[in-house]
Amino acid sequence: MEYLNLAIKSIFVENILLAYFLGMCSFLACSKKVDTAFGLGFAVIFVQTITIPANWAIRHFLLGPGALHWLNPSLSTLDLSFLNFICFIATIASMVQLVEMILDKFFPKLYHALGIFLPLITVNCAILGGSLFMVEREYGFLQSTVFGVSSGAGWALAICSMAAIRKKLRYSHIPNGLKGLGITMIVTGLMAMAFMCFSGINL
Amino acid sequence: MASAAKKLLMDPFSDNNPITVQVLGVCSALAVTVKVETAIVMALALTSVVALSNFVISLLRNMIPSGIRMIVEMAVVATLVIIADQLLRAFLFDISKQLSVFVGLIITNCIVMGRAEAFALQNPPKESFLDGIGNGVGYGIVLVTVASIREILGFGKWLSFKVLPDSYMGNGLALLAPGAFIILGLLIWAQRTVTKKVEE
Repeated sequence: MEYLNLAIKSIFVENILLAYFLGMCSFLACSKKVDTAFGLGFAVIFVQTITIPANWAIRHFLLGPGALHWLNPSLSTLDLSFLNFICFIATIASMVQLVEMILDKFFPKLYHALGIFLPLITVNCAILGGSLFMVEREYGFLQSTVFGVSSGAGWALAICSMAAIRKKLRYSHIPNGLKGLGITMIVTGLMAMAFMCFSGINL
Repeated sequence: MASAAKKLLMDPFSDNNPITVQVLGVCSALAVTVKVETAIVMALALTSVVALSNFVISLLRNMIPSGIRMIVEMAVVATLVIIADQLLRAFLFDISKQLSVFVGLIITNCIVMGRAEAFALQNPPKESFLDGIGNGVGYGIVLVTVASIREILGFGKWLSFKVLPDSYMGNGLALLAPGAFIILGLLIWAQRTVTKKVEE
């Protein structure tokens, strides 16, 4: 039940895009077509599910305060937390590379469908942000796995619905200066407002 | 100052602003703008990281094999961000707590990577450094503007000084996520109406 609650919370209530503004750049750039939005959303879920637990393990066994205790008791006062950023980003980059190679070898169809989006994910702040939130909120292993899947799903949900809205927007009359980025921001704002209705849900 | 250098420095302020025109680095622009104070600190942190990373990458530009340039850039940026984060923690602990994960997210901030890719890899160190400062300040201008609007509407204060009378009831929407999106959207509208730029 606790995990279901966490999942619902990170998909709807605290949507990583609409409440924490993470992954805005690719959200704005890739939400013009539903197909691309869907592909990217799927890739984000995939990578997020792998990297957050992986980073949890790195943090838990290598970098956290006293994490090196298993290696040698004399190391238990060591705190390597300042290396978090660089290790996390390296994990993400290598995981993305690994996922790319595995997909290329075993699921060529999916690989071609995701195409250029996989490498782009390395610099998507939602991924690194997810790992940093995992540290800040002190999630356990299962919790971080659930958080990974559901925050990715929340991001995918937001980008897919945005792509659908933008498709309709193309036929409406928008003031010249507001075209493109401006109207997208305002629609995102309205969407965020709608998502706020979910707040308070507690199972 | 030579006009070319001036152009590098001033262009990103408005005509080629990283947020409103190039659409880079929007995430943190929205997240840290609840108060002017955090916005200023964030802008300073980002400016120093962009300027220095542009400088370092430009120094290394003839040595980096193009196949692994992303990883090299990532390593340079991540190192600089770690330094910035440690400095903030040491000297401005409260603000660093408020900025929470967003200092770390400078690593994946598209402005840093975007300028490294688009500018520093082709240009000499001095120009790259100026370009970094210019883009950092351009980002800072948008950040402080959005933060000012949100803090004044939300708390009736600017940089924690009261600017509106006590009878003003704070508007909670401006402090929440939707308010940030809408205010930035309107700001982009205003800026594009002045510069007469039309998309598509």
